[in-house]
Amino acid sequence: MTYPTINRLLAFACIGFTIFSCNQKESSEILISEIDQVSYNFHIRPILSDKCFACHGPDANKRESELRLDTEAGAYAALKDDPSQFVIKPGNLEESTVYHRITSEDPGELMPPPESNLALSETEIQLIKKWIEQGAKYEPHWAFVAPEKSPLPEETDWTTNEIDRFALKKMTEKGLQPNPEAKPHELIKRASLDLTGLPPSPEVLDRFGDFSGDLTYEDLLDGLLSDPGFGEKMAIIWMDISRYSDSYGYQDDNIRTQWPYRDWVIHAFNENMSYDQFITWQLAGDLLPNANKEQILATAFNRNHKYTEEGGVIDEEYRIEYVLDKTNTVSKGLLGITMECAQCHDHKYDPFSQKEYYEMFAFFNNTPEKGYQGDVSQSKPAKTPILWVDQEDLSGVMSFINYADTSKLSVSVMGELDEQRPTYILDRGVYDAPTVEVEPSTPSSIMKFPDDLEENRLGLAKWMTARENPLTARVFVNLMWQEIFGQGIVKSAGDFGMQGDLPTHPELLDWLAVDFIENGWDIKRLMKQILTSSTYKQSAIIKDKHLKTDPENLYLARAPRLRLPAENIQDLVLASSGLLVRKLGGPSVKPYMPEGIWEAATSGRGVLATYVQDKGDKLYRRGLYNFIKLTVPPPKAIIFDSSNRDRCEIGRSRTNTPLQALVMMNDPMILEASRVLAGKMWEENREEEKAIATSFKRIVCRDLTSKEKSILLSYYEDQLERFKENPDQIVSSLSVGEYPLEEKNINPETAALMQVIVSIYNLEETITKS
Amino acid sequence: MEKEILEEGLNHNRRKFLSRLSLGVGSLALGSLLVPDLFSGKSEAEEAMMNALPHFAPKAKRVIYLFQNGAPSQLESFDYKPELIKRMGEELPESIRGTQRLTGMTAGQSSFPLVGSNYKFDQYGESRAWISEVFPHTAGIVDDICIVKSMHTDAINHDPALTFFQTGAQVGNRPSMGSWLSYGLGSENSNLPAFSVLLSRGRGNGQGVYSKLWSNGFLDATHQGVQFSNSEDPVLYLKDPESMSRSERRKMIDQIAAMNDLSMNQFNDPEIAAKVKQYEMAYRMQTAVPEMTDISKEPESIIKLYGPDCLVPGTYAANCLLARKLSESGVRFVQLYHQGWDQHGNLPNEMRLQAEDVDQASAALITDLKQRGLLDETLVIWGGEFGRTNYCQGKIQVDNYGRDHHPRAFSIWMAGGGVKSGMVYGETDEFGYNITENPVHVHDFQATVLHLMGIDHERMTYKHLGRRYRLTDVSGQVVKDLIA
Repeated sequence: MTYPTINRLLAFACIGFTIFSCNQKESSEILISEIDQVSYNFHIRPILSDKCFACHGPDANKRESELRLDTEAGAYAALKDDPSQFVIKPGNLEESTVYHRITSEDPGELMPPPESNLALSETEIQLIKKWIEQGAKYEPHWAFVAPEKSPLPEETDWTTNEIDRFALKKMTEKGLQPNPEAKPHELIKRASLDLTGLPPSPEVLDRFGDFSGDLTYEDLLDGLLSDPGFGEKMAIIWMDISRYSDSYGYQDDNIRTQWPYRDWVIHAFNENMSYDQFITWQLAGDLLPNANKEQILATAFNRNHKYTEEGGVIDEEYRIEYVLDKTNTVSKGLLGITMECAQCHDHKYDPFSQKEYYEMFAFFNNTPEKGYQGDVSQSKPAKTPILWVDQEDLSGVMSFINYADTSKLSVSVMGELDEQRPTYILDRGVYDAPTVEVEPSTPSSIMKFPDDLEENRLGLAKWMTARENPLTARVFVNLMWQEIFGQGIVKSAGDFGMQGDLPTHPELLDWLAVDFIENGWDIKRLMKQILTSSTYKQSAIIKDKHLKTDPENLYLARAPRLRLPAENIQDLVLASSGLLVRKLGGPSVKPYMPEGIWEAATSGRGVLATYVQDKGDKLYRRGLYNFIKLTVPPPKAIIFDSSNRDRCEIGRSRTNTPLQALVMMNDPMILEASRVLAGKMWEENREEEKAIATSFKRIVCRDLTSKEKSILLSYYEDQLERFKENPDQIVSSLSVGEYPLEEKNINPETAALMQVIVSIYNLEETITKS
Repeated sequence: MEKEILEEGLNHNRRKFLSRLSLGVGSLALGSLLVPDLFSGKSEAEEAMMNALPHFAPKAKRVIYLFQNGAPSQLESFDYKPELIKRMGEELPESIRGTQRLTGMTAGQSSFPLVGSNYKFDQYGESRAWISEVFPHTAGIVDDICIVKSMHTDAINHDPALTFFQTGAQVGNRPSMGSWLSYGLGSENSNLPAFSVLLSRGRGNGQGVYSKLWSNGFLDATHQGVQFSNSEDPVLYLKDPESMSRSERRKMIDQIAAMNDLSMNQFNDPEIAAKVKQYEMAYRMQTAVPEMTDISKEPESIIKLYGPDCLVPGTYAANCLLARKLSESGVRFVQLYHQGWDQHGNLPNEMRLQAEDVDQASAALITDLKQRGLLDETLVIWGGEFGRTNYCQGKIQVDNYGRDHHPRAFSIWMAGGGVKSGMVYGETDEFGYNITENPVHVHDFQATVLHLMGIDHERMTYKHLGRRYRLTDVSGQVVKDLIA
């Protein structure tokens, strides 16, 4: 896109948001009169896409009356059955059939037809009217045009870096002002959780204090970015995208060994591998010249999907299913597009034909993979093609794999057939209905696949990481933004297409994407850039004005308050209690889980028919190492909105439910952590005030206020009395978890302190990034 | 007359409201707005939205789905085919099989010998429905149920077929039927989850179940099925530690609330207030759920009705009784799964055992609901994920055989909730292989269930990543003939 076009596009964007975020009660006329120039991208396309394209869009087979509204040529054409009339006549409402049809009183004429269960609002009709009057100009979809840096809005005293200049401009337009900076201890906790998923210890809090000493906020960030916890934190996001799990998924759902791939992801993030290399290896590590085992291991990305071991399945049906999953995962996770809609027919909203779907599919259709390699009785931990990892590898190029055993490891990875397997368009997406043969290629509406690239996954990786690719960098930058601020600049992080949300800060998104590419796709640099911004450092206090003007915090005049992801709740509890075993990687672990969960749902076959809980250190690992059996994912994680890993997911929802309260109150892991911390605190302090204050600081990462102190102290005294009066309850309260309970810790004070600590773990603030 | 006019007016406003809503609010999780105690921040608009669904007067308020996991044979239950006995051992004619694809288990068989039922059949009730000897109790309630003999599906393997029945798609992470109803209609009881799941296992060859079958998919996690277990913790993490009395729990929750209030004063975040409410709800659930699962207070007559197994937690009979209690208390969708119906071999022996485990309690559930006056508003469904072949898997032996998966024709039954009673719907050919009359596709079945609940299956959609999804994917016709 040329530079002035962006500017124009952006200038209207803000007006667009007034409209789409407005209260329906407000009069549409007033809003529309505020718009000087209606924009196709920001005002019209969202309406046409949502309400019209299903029948008058890219899907040629479902197109009604041969009339399409998704292209200029289609919209300006004469009517098929009445060439004197036009679909849309730019600047002429009277001769534009579209206008008559959307305002018709006759249900037989009205568009969209009532039976579609779709309807246009008055505002939408008025917008279309004005757009036609102004010449009905079409524009290319913003996300399919390569991003460019636009001029930076002005600096102020408040702005620290470029992010702030864009953010401030937007919030000012909304009549909002930035919140004051968060308190130092809040920043320390926030940054620690964001970069490592772990809470800061009281020592760290004290060491950095209010940043007035030798140690600055930047030092804090540098320390966190070089902490191995960084890779673990980032890996959680990538495990959702790469639908990582420890079992095969279908029916009998036996064990598999993909965890070395998870360890590689942690390693890659910790080594700050550039994002372009990170995805190139995952897409095509095996096709790189002289590929080493690490590069091949990375391709397990495309082998993490489910595999059937159900007796009697048809091999080709499932082989195709696996290729579909790869195609959909790469499209959604890396490109932010919903290609899967084009599996059965041309995409209804986006300019992707069914042919283009199978061209993309063709890249992944050339592996020696099989649809079925026998039932559960013949199950192996990896399926063809397999990467074998031996002791020599583990002490060499693969030293990041944490594996104590001496047996060889096997991982399912990608491989390429010597002779290209032909790919066909599959009618209705069905495996046994091939039609026209196609060659590997990419959707031309995103970016043409250059002639000089290899027509294989390596070529695809090069296309994807090309400077001109409009999606790859935007999608990743947006993903990181979503992780930090709770929602992306494009809220639909997995859909940058026509039906996706418009960016709230288009200039900022583009600036960040280009800057990311210009600086070598440097992930840690990007994170530091975001975390040093004034926008990030704002306080999370919500003012009434925020709730009224911007309840969703789209305009970032405050920091978000977000409940931690399931894995990080576990991390926080274990870390603050001192139980956490900080070991990187290795086979997944099986911590406490309510009895009978696997057993109730199993066929009884395979090694995962029963849950055999681990012992010792394995009970206290970080949440991301918990074993994931796909057909019965860990219930606690699911209760806290984790992905079930069935499919590629790009972002999680955040619910607030009574089941979560029950987990926090009764989960043995939390009770055990409370018991162990209480024992330690009582032993060290022998005095309740200090013990409570220190526990609180370890868990909530700040000092107690005097009010809080009095509430907790009186609860403590009440509990102390309870245990003194009922000494039989002391041992039964303390006896939770497998961590040894020592005689010296069996006393009413520890039991009472444990109850106080359980209640601290149950505070909203404890599991909230604020 | 006046009432009619008033209702028409109300409906008009609802329709108007819904159409307005669909333009503005977009994909809000409806159900989450319908259980006020579960969620915070109910606005006027949301309040009004509650009135938008159902789309029309529902016949049923609640569903109990008795899923027979593994696929019970229609030829040994409800689809009586004497012709198969006559032609015992004869080859399945090519003309009958047509283009039907076979599973890998029998695709390699050189011969497809027809095999007739080893069980005796008889006709029952006013509908003169044929029912086999292993379902005597079901035969006893035949005039209360509607047998559909013409079900068909797209899938031929368990996992995709189950997923298809429950979510409308063979693959993919879509919401389950119960999640859709939780989303659309919410719960009638704010102390119990709208969508509850109960599991049991029989003595026959079993196939696993998967929690994805009761997954919320892309809907909010509040709509996921909540599994009730037969352990002392009927709902996960419900039970307090032994030494924690109710009053101690109360004290702790009050203490947490007092601390959260301070936080609320500081941050002014509505989520904090919501959290406080969640703890209150959790506290109430801790009393409500154990009361619900306690069957010790059930009278002798009820125990007798469901059979002695109902006193053994985790059995199908116990789950049927629990399902009645949950449903009676307002749980919108109770989903049972009973494993063990996959008789590839040894069918005559295994299926008898399977039937023995479920027959009495299934019938008892209908009788029990009826005597409580609840059958009219409760839809009960009994059936598996597909049918079984009319030919033998492996070699036929004297009195023993097995059947492979068959998607083209199979039987289920439905009862109550606005379904015609005492009816047999649909017909298959004399081979029991193809449907000859009134086919009902899985999507048609789903559309019909939603219709009975007052929901237009084409209108209850959820927009996810740009596409409007619905339970019935892109097809489905309400089977009007089944509706009373």
